[in-house]
Amino acid sequence: MFGFLLRRAGLVVPTFLGITLLVFSLIHMIPGNAVEALSGEHGMDPARYSRLVHEFGLDQPLYVQYFDYLGKLLKGDLGFSIVTHEPVVREFLTLFPATLELSFCAMLLALIIGLPAGILAALKRNTFLDYSVMGVSLTGYSMPIFWWALLLILLFSVTLGWTPVSGRIDILFDLPPVTGFMLVDSLLSGELGAFRSALSHLILPTIALGTIPLAVIARMTRSAMLEVLREDYVRTARAKGLSRLRVIAIHALRNALIPVVTVIGLQVGTLLAGAILTETIFSWPGIGKWLVEAIHRRDYPVVQGGILLSASIIILVNLSVDVLYGVINPRIRRSS
Amino acid sequence: MSLLDIEKLHVEFGSVEAPFTAVDDLDLNIEAGEIIGIVGESGSGKSVTALALMGLIDFPGRVSAGRMAFAGRDLLGLTERERHAMLGRDIAMIFQDPMTSLNPCFTVAYQLMETLRVHQGGSKRQLREQALTLLKQVDIPDPEHRLDAYPHQLSGGMSQRVMVAMAIACNPRLLIADEPTTALDVTVQAQMLELLLQLQRERGMALMLITHDLSIIAQTAQRVVVMYAGQVVETGSVPRIFKTPRHPYTQALLAALPEYNIGQSRLKTLPGVVPGQYDRPGGCLLNPRCSYATDRCREIRPALSVEEDALVRCHFPLDAAGRLTHCIPEGSATA
Repeated sequence: MFGFLLRRAGLVVPTFLGITLLVFSLIHMIPGNAVEALSGEHGMDPARYSRLVHEFGLDQPLYVQYFDYLGKLLKGDLGFSIVTHEPVVREFLTLFPATLELSFCAMLLALIIGLPAGILAALKRNTFLDYSVMGVSLTGYSMPIFWWALLLILLFSVTLGWTPVSGRIDILFDLPPVTGFMLVDSLLSGELGAFRSALSHLILPTIALGTIPLAVIARMTRSAMLEVLREDYVRTARAKGLSRLRVIAIHALRNALIPVVTVIGLQVGTLLAGAILTETIFSWPGIGKWLVEAIHRRDYPVVQGGILLSASIIILVNLSVDVLYGVINPRIRRSS
Repeated sequence: MSLLDIEKLHVEFGSVEAPFTAVDDLDLNIEAGEIIGIVGESGSGKSVTALALMGLIDFPGRVSAGRMAFAGRDLLGLTERERHAMLGRDIAMIFQDPMTSLNPCFTVAYQLMETLRVHQGGSKRQLREQALTLLKQVDIPDPEHRLDAYPHQLSGGMSQRVMVAMAIACNPRLLIADEPTTALDVTVQAQMLELLLQLQRERGMALMLITHDLSIIAQTAQRVVVMYAGQVVETGSVPRIFKTPRHPYTQALLAALPEYNIGQSRLKTLPGVVPGQYDRPGGCLLNPRCSYATDRCREIRPALSVEEDALVRCHFPLDAAGRLTHCIPEGSATA
């Protein structure tokens, strides 16, 4: 198992280097001048310009610049935002819990509904239930997030007035950020109203962001389950006299989960991409909205840092999915 | 009273309007401690019969029977709970492909202990102890280590031994072995049969041995049921059937055995395949493949009739010397 872990972790290094290379070259690939992009100043006098060229190390050969960049990365230095002059890492760390909270809830929603829906659809295949689950999930999967989010806002916030339109919590509540997770912080504050407010702010973005993963998980679970239910070992389990529930929940599901876990890992990338749209629409102060604003403001250090950090998170999630894959699939774990 | 008593078992698949009859009017009884062989080509309904009596035929398959009783209990009227209590404890089954019949996600110990826990219960340590004993009984080398192995770490023969251990765990009165040696190496096949026979003797359980290989039946069973396209075509004691097959199909199966072809450069074969859903002939189901078929065979489906000491489904059963008796088919009279 340890060797397996090490092999998987070893694969992360080249992927990470690839991303640094991409992010590094970003500043040279964007139209316009690298010095102006990095400093955010335009039409500066030649003396200042040449000083900045030297300061940014742009007068060095490219490979030296790249290794300088890597060296700074290893020290956790991702540069400063042009707009706020805050370190990129610090901005990221303050905003990331919001995105994490939203993504976590969206994934939870996708799992809580998607897994049982997929299992039921497989067990009742070719019935009304199966067709409904598959039809609804295909619709959900095909719906663009921004449109779906607007529909949700129109119905639940504007027409029915059940949920707030945007933000993470009512402005009346001023909570000290302890964990950065609004649900937790509001609970810690001891104010039930704050918790309720945080929860009601979370509902619509969670649905908007969770819909696509939900649809994918439901469909994948269904097809994996259908395949597994035909397997000989399921027949063996039934011939042993096990109850129907035990055959499905232990013998079939355990095997069906193997491909589903892979898909769940891939959906984390979709979540982060979807967070950009969802956070923008719901004014959710997370890294998605942060990145979009940075692009609008041409805040290149933030764009670079944001991309690198988001990509690193996706790599790490996929690594943990690989490891989890080994845990639930003994054939992977033991093979060399 | 027989241990297993089946009358007029009927299994259908497909739509109600155009059903495919997989098992047709099958009568079968097995006495306690008896070894019965069920033989026939692929698609003759052997496995479906076994699955039907286990209650493992799922919708859209339909099972009906005049009577289907195990040790006096009606199998068709069982509640789901009663059936679960019976399967694996009173009736156990092992399957053709041992490599896919064990769950790849669980260890040998887990799968063995699961059967024991469901049917008799006990502490984890007790169950593990019992699982170890079972592995020893099926002659698995190094059983202590095999307990914690996953199925993909076992060879085919070893997996089948684990399947056998799982099947005999609760001392069943009837063990159904569906092609237990087909997927195994020839050298392992004999060992596996020997193991099954030894366990059968020691425990006095009845053994229903499903195979397409008559030579396996010859070594093991007391009685044999020959099936073709869902029907019983001949049944009787093993010595009788091997000496004087009455049904042309049985004769053809025997003629195809290598033992009967010594000195020949080619094995005798029965041309064609078992008819499927869409090519079931009228009359006798075997008639397109039967070298003795007459117009009567093509028109009227024969019933199972008593021929001295056997039941045979043929209009023109063969005599003791393997020749036609009742009638010389027209056309072949001059040949």
